[in-house]
Amino acid sequence: MEKGKGVMGSGRRWAVDFSDNSTAPSSRDIPDPPGFTRASADQDDSTVSRQKKDAESNWKAQKAWEVAQAPFKNLLMMGFMMWMAGNTVHLFSIGITFSALWQPISALQGVGKVFEPYKDSKVELLGPKLLFIALNLGGLALGVWKLNTLGLLPTHASDWVSSLPPAQEVEYSGGGIPL
Amino acid sequence: MAIRSFFAPFLFFALCSYSSLTPVLSLYEDQVGLMDWHQQYIGKVKQAVFSTQKTGRRRVIVSTEENVIASLDLRHGEIFWRHLLGSNDVIDGIDIGLGKYVITLSSGGSVLRSWNLPDGQMMWESSLQGPKHSKSLLLVPTNLKIEKDNVIVVFSNGRLHAVSCIDGEVLWNKDFEAESFEALQVIQPPGSDLIYVVGFAASSQFEMYQINARNGELLKHERATFSSGFLREVSLVSSETVVALDSTGSILLTISFQNGEISFQQTPISSLVEDPSGPAVIIPSSVPGIFAIKTNAFTIFIRVIGEGKLEVVEKTNHETTVSNVLPISEGQQAFALVQHAGSEIHLAVKIAHDWDGNLLKESIKMDQQRGLVHKVFINNYIRTDRSHGFRVLIVMEDHSLLLLQQGAIVWSREDGLASVIDVTASELPVERDGVSVAKVEHNLFEWLKGHMLKLKGTLMLASPEDVAAIQSMRLKSSEKSKMTRDHNGFRKLLVVLTRAGKLFALHTGDGRIVWSHFLQSLHKSGTCQSPIGLNLYQWQVPHHHAMDENPSVLVISRCGPSSDAPVVLSFVDTYTGKELNSLSLVHGVVQVIPLPYTDSTEQRLHLLIDSDKHAHLYPTTSEALRIFKREFSNIYWYSVEDHNGIIKGHALKCKCTDEAADEFCFDTRDLWSVVFPSESGKIIATVTRKLNEVVHTQAKVIADQDVMYKYISRNLLFVATVAPKGSGEIGSVTPEESWLVAYLIDTVTGRILHRVTHHGARGPVHAVFSENWIVYHYFNLRAHRYEMSVIEIYDQSRADNKDVWKLVLGKHNLSSPISLFSRPEVITKSQSYFFTHSVKAIAVTSTAKGITSKQLLVGTIGDQVLALDKRFLDPRRSVNPTQAEKEEGIIPLTDSLPIIPQSYVTHALRVEGLRGIITVPAKLESTTLVFAHGVDLFFTQLAPSRTYDSLTEDFSYALLLLTIVALVAAIFVTWRLSERKELQDKWR
Repeated sequence: MEKGKGVMGSGRRWAVDFSDNSTAPSSRDIPDPPGFTRASADQDDSTVSRQKKDAESNWKAQKAWEVAQAPFKNLLMMGFMMWMAGNTVHLFSIGITFSALWQPISALQGVGKVFEPYKDSKVELLGPKLLFIALNLGGLALGVWKLNTLGLLPTHASDWVSSLPPAQEVEYSGGGIPL
Repeated sequence: MAIRSFFAPFLFFALCSYSSLTPVLSLYEDQVGLMDWHQQYIGKVKQAVFSTQKTGRRRVIVSTEENVIASLDLRHGEIFWRHLLGSNDVIDGIDIGLGKYVITLSSGGSVLRSWNLPDGQMMWESSLQGPKHSKSLLLVPTNLKIEKDNVIVVFSNGRLHAVSCIDGEVLWNKDFEAESFEALQVIQPPGSDLIYVVGFAASSQFEMYQINARNGELLKHERATFSSGFLREVSLVSSETVVALDSTGSILLTISFQNGEISFQQTPISSLVEDPSGPAVIIPSSVPGIFAIKTNAFTIFIRVIGEGKLEVVEKTNHETTVSNVLPISEGQQAFALVQHAGSEIHLAVKIAHDWDGNLLKESIKMDQQRGLVHKVFINNYIRTDRSHGFRVLIVMEDHSLLLLQQGAIVWSREDGLASVIDVTASELPVERDGVSVAKVEHNLFEWLKGHMLKLKGTLMLASPEDVAAIQSMRLKSSEKSKMTRDHNGFRKLLVVLTRAGKLFALHTGDGRIVWSHFLQSLHKSGTCQSPIGLNLYQWQVPHHHAMDENPSVLVISRCGPSSDAPVVLSFVDTYTGKELNSLSLVHGVVQVIPLPYTDSTEQRLHLLIDSDKHAHLYPTTSEALRIFKREFSNIYWYSVEDHNGIIKGHALKCKCTDEAADEFCFDTRDLWSVVFPSESGKIIATVTRKLNEVVHTQAKVIADQDVMYKYISRNLLFVATVAPKGSGEIGSVTPEESWLVAYLIDTVTGRILHRVTHHGARGPVHAVFSENWIVYHYFNLRAHRYEMSVIEIYDQSRADNKDVWKLVLGKHNLSSPISLFSRPEVITKSQSYFFTHSVKAIAVTSTAKGITSKQLLVGTIGDQVLALDKRFLDPRRSVNPTQAEKEEGIIPLTDSLPIIPQSYVTHALRVEGLRGIITVPAKLESTTLVFAHGVDLFFTQLAPSRTYDSLTEDFSYALLLLTIVALVAAIFVTWRLSERKELQDKWR
């Protein structure tokens, strides 16, 4: 942008103005070409646009389903990676597991945004959204399962008592061999 | 190690310990002396002999009460060489033979050794046997020769030996058969071939043997009876006259045996001195013509003027000590006298026959904290103007050794530290603004210079001089010897009570003495002739009032070994070494029980039990009494009577019923007793957990996420008994007749929780008790090897606490207080291993929170301290551990414990005569401070699981700083470069 401005400021060589000035014909200095009637373009606007819109909404619905199914591939890949990582705790397996947990969570947070482009009054987005959520939850479950197999989930009694201080004793006794 | 932890901080720790399954705690060569210090001592000097040879280095040879013979440098007091003889090899006498051999007589006169004077190597040793036990006397005549061989004359075990000085061969010997003959002096008149042995027989008979020194032939044997008997000390006033006292201590006897004829001269002391005030004793000396006697009030010097006539030359009521005799020229012999006068000591050197003339008279200011002069040894040197100069070596009451020369103390050695009785640690003062305690603080330039040097070292650019400078800088780091508390808790004071009764505070950073204090109650005085310090206790440890209260320790001292003897409690401020208060108790003390309660000033409550089993509460304040009353029914005590094999438990009953007793005295009643019949067992060791030990958790997580609950009780006593035959000498018992039984006894209820018998085992037993485990060391007669066993105790009644949801919601009773009267269900696991060394002491590392894994510190017979990981003593070890167990860190079982040379805490040093190992937790969880004491002192820091919570000492902050600066500079430069490039792009 800056670059453009800089150039404009100093001395232009050439420029194309893409701004549509059709609504203000009076400002135009160039006449319409022969055979072009400005009115004809707006003539059958309703039919054409309806067709256009139908096609677009179909396309949007199709796309939305595609997007909704995308995590599945992800899921498979993640499963493979987890299998590769093994069941011992080291940097790689922890990284994989945390990314497996993080990806679905971030995806779920951005559910609205993912389907934003396909938002349309005619397009039913609930189905794809549910599928998307379900698949991501599946991914999350996979991550949690991996976490568990790594032994990082506090599902055992040992996880809850490992830092329990010793119980207080009521009685106290001292003594020993006489000095 | 459990990897099951959910929490990130633990994860790091888990990873660390996982990656270091077999940590080897070794030290690099240049790390020696960074964290540790080592001090060498010799103990209280018994006898000193000066080397007379004109060798370049002047030396003095000393023998000490710690059984050390050492050669000291007379210029600085440093040790040239030193030998510590065994505790059953007590040194009786030392001397120098032929000017180059140190001759020592030890083991009750049965071992004679010769050591090379310059380097201390042993030349020969000969064993001198005899018919009976007797006093042993060593005489090394300067000019007695048999066939060109210098002779050493030894009287020991009722036999007179003449031993060759060259090779230790016995040339002749002569028995003294007479049943009751007791030799007191062996005299060899210079220039003659005669040896006189004089002594007493049957308490009233004086005997004299004249012996030919060349062949041991008895020339003459005379005896004379003196009806009223003798005291067992004589003073030699000439080569043919001795002075003795009669048994009442009131008549002086001048016994002369000239030409083999014994003649007595009696002189009542009252005829010499008007007011003798009580019986006298002779101060043993050998000054020609003069001897000294001591009564209650006076020290009297008496001159012998021919034919047994006596004359008083001086009578003084100051404490006086007489030195040995030093021949200075032909026929002239000098000796030194040291007298106390207030804060000074007066040193006088006199010629033996001229009392009134002084060769030397000096006054030297003497620290009151050193007490009285106990021994004086004199030595001379020739000044440049050919006159005689004198130096004296004095041994003080606090066992220190000083060299005086030209009216000044040339050097002093604090040899009291060779006999440490008890140690406790104390914090240093908190650093405060305005209080300039950090004199050693250096300026910024030096700091930078130091770091630049360090950086050069890291980048391997340092020259050898730089390396040396770096090393000395590291060793003398001012940071470690500051007098304030540090963040990591590495800097502390070690308060040490010595056998002499002196308290020392040693700085853990460099081992220097911060203060020393000779307790008033431990000074020898008229009321108490032999005071002994017993123990040290932490009396007040302020945490909440750390800024305005000083910590203090309680010293318990008693007059003599009897349990009824009067006791004095002294309270000493650990910052300053001032005695805050001292209490003379009306009752005796047999037990001191520190209670786990403190009052509002954080003074710990102590219960003192007297010999009538009354309990006395200290401090005697109403607040302490109130706290005590609240816990009254929960306080118990037990006593171990090891001589008759009974352990008794007692409870407090009520206030003392005696008329005289105050409200802080309580009666006690017997609750239970455990009797070990004398035919089956004799108690040889009892161990409890340390009162201040911190345990982090009660659960032990084992493989497969299972939990075992430790049985952690402060009131457990480990008792080891051996078969009565097994407590004798090694080799006196067969494996069949010997066994060792280990008991775990609950000291509140008297319940025996566990008992295990080791057949064919015998003592000595050394044990250590920590958390829920005991490790003990004994000898296995069948295998002919030492063994170590471990017992771990687990609480089975808690084992069913396995429901996660209950634990999550906190609906469990694992942390509710427990009473020992509810029957515990314990299970024990134990295992035994062979161990190569015999052991002098065992201790265990202790850390601030008890999270760090433990190491056993084993004081080996070689006077070193070995760190042995507790995981080697884990009863769950098996030959083939499963994968899960391996993951947990269980080491495959081996029959003996490994001794890894790198895990010697003392690295190349030896703590001669090692007696005890003390561990003190630092504030940093990973680190523990270790102090080992014997004749030497050794201190170091240990990190049993490595320093996982701090950067290592050799971490280069300069490099880090430099890296950061370089990165910032790089960022700046690249930013400028990219700016410029962008601009150029725009211009294109």
